[in-house]
Amino acid sequence: MKTMKLIYPLACALAFTLATTGCHNHKAVGVTPIPGSPTGMVGGDNNATTLPPGNPMPTDTGVGTGGLPTASADSFEGMTEDRAALAADTIHFAFDSAAIKSSEQSNLEAVAAALKADANTKLLIEGNCDDRGTEEYNRSLGERRALAAREALAKDGIDPSRVRTLSFGKDKPADPGHDEAAWAKNRRDDFVLLHPKAGA
Amino acid sequence: MKNKIIHSIKTSLPIFLAFVALNFCRAQEEINITQTGSFFGQKPIPVSLEGFTGEGAEVLKFDLYVQGFSFVTPDLAQYRISGSSVGNVSGYVTDRISRQTKFSRSYTGASPRRQAHAFADDIVFAITGKKGIGQTKIAFKAQAPGGEGEIYVSDFDGHNAQAVTHDNAIVAAPAWVPGRLGLYYTSYQPGNPDIFYHNLSTGQRRVIARFSGLNTSAAVSPDGTRVAMILSRSGSPNVWVCNADGTDFKQLTTSPEDESSPCWSPDGQWICFATKLRSRRVLAKVPAGGGPVQRIPTSGVSNPTDPDWSPDGKWIAFTSQMGDFNICIVPAGGGMATVLVPGQHPSWSPNSRTLVLNHATGYRQSLSVLDVMTKQVKDIGRISGNDSQPAWAK
Repeated sequence: MKTMKLIYPLACALAFTLATTGCHNHKAVGVTPIPGSPTGMVGGDNNATTLPPGNPMPTDTGVGTGGLPTASADSFEGMTEDRAALAADTIHFAFDSAAIKSSEQSNLEAVAAALKADANTKLLIEGNCDDRGTEEYNRSLGERRALAAREALAKDGIDPSRVRTLSFGKDKPADPGHDEAAWAKNRRDDFVLLHPKAGA
Repeated sequence: MKNKIIHSIKTSLPIFLAFVALNFCRAQEEINITQTGSFFGQKPIPVSLEGFTGEGAEVLKFDLYVQGFSFVTPDLAQYRISGSSVGNVSGYVTDRISRQTKFSRSYTGASPRRQAHAFADDIVFAITGKKGIGQTKIAFKAQAPGGEGEIYVSDFDGHNAQAVTHDNAIVAAPAWVPGRLGLYYTSYQPGNPDIFYHNLSTGQRRVIARFSGLNTSAAVSPDGTRVAMILSRSGSPNVWVCNADGTDFKQLTTSPEDESSPCWSPDGQWICFATKLRSRRVLAKVPAGGGPVQRIPTSGVSNPTDPDWSPDGKWIAFTSQMGDFNICIVPAGGGMATVLVPGQHPSWSPNSRTLVLNHATGYRQSLSVLDVMTKQVKDIGRISGNDSQPAWAK
């Protein structure tokens, strides 16, 4: 009887422990915790975030709501490129961003002034990225950067049909290095003034 | 009597509870193994290769390694593969324990490499019941440091590479027409990134999308009739779809953020792509015929891009870009992401377990082939400069 009195509470405690602490914590096999990653919600199909189409997202990056259709490609045919004219007015971007920084405003104003000075000219904006994104990601981001400058120029009175964009992604770095200084130089829009062919 | 009943309940209750708890635990174990353990962390199937030499041996080893086999001495093998690769390839496969011959075959014609690939495929099918990938092809780009490059097609192991383009310009994002010798790709040869369709049988190509701004990242629907792509013609890089011949363009996304890298679900119902939602870089999907955009969660990693949907529909492979690049896998409906190896731009093989990708060796990019289930990985031959953006023909 005495042994029963001992065994009974022990057995209950064991059963209780097993039932409540649950089983071995089942972390998914092979998941490597990445330092600094945001704690994402574990989702399945039920966690979908549904966005209605055609709803411009209010952004906090100052990118603007976009939506300026690109200029007709044909109207730029045969123009000659002047890379020197606006070489000093290259604007630079923060990492992973297409927002025009306020520090770049004066460069944009110089570009706008050149276009206003000669109504026959047009503009090619080349968007570029540093190499910390994949190729297609950077091709899209570079284009977004070029379009952001085009939108800013449009706000300054430059007809967007005079401006076309061309993204090089990370294919044409200004600095081939792989450090912060090089990356900062590569996240840029270059401005190429376009003149009508002589005699046109 | 009552005391005796109460007494027996008192003694048996804790035992009963313990029994229930233990069985509950075991059931949880089984459920979890089915969910994730069966795809990752698999042990390779051990085989022995006996009698093969030279190129034939090289091909057999490569093909089998990247489909989840390992090489051991005959006494440790589950299957023994014996034969000869001097001249024509011939061989037979036996189950080491039962001593039964699975099959025995000789190969002629084509090239020694091709024969060995065919033998490897027969080995994979005999042992696993699944179709081998030994005779499949990939497309990729090779780019010089200055940016100019060409699109190439090669055997999946990098051999027999041939240039498809002669543009000496920036090229990008080759994408196969499923089941056909046709490629879509981006080329800057016209002075702007335009999307071309290139018939590899005739060698003819024509422009499919040449809107002002960006035209890139073509992806062909599983039935070959539609092509998804990134166009910036609306004022921002968005996902668009058109017919394979470049007619009937339809815009699928309208956010002012930069979308990139569309890919199709194998049932043709969804297009998955990378975008930015509420300030976070995410994967998302949109119905192929248009509709609301849904986020695909990739918990545990950030900045996902380059998605590719497995042919069996179960997984999405992608690149996570967080300073360095890593190939990751997530269940197609979203959830916990698994990091596999460093690299970018994963493309699934038809077997839904092997990936081709590019990764850095020093500061250059080169291609490698990875078996997701065993994590066995092999580099494949380089053309020159940076080889990247591989696409596996399916």
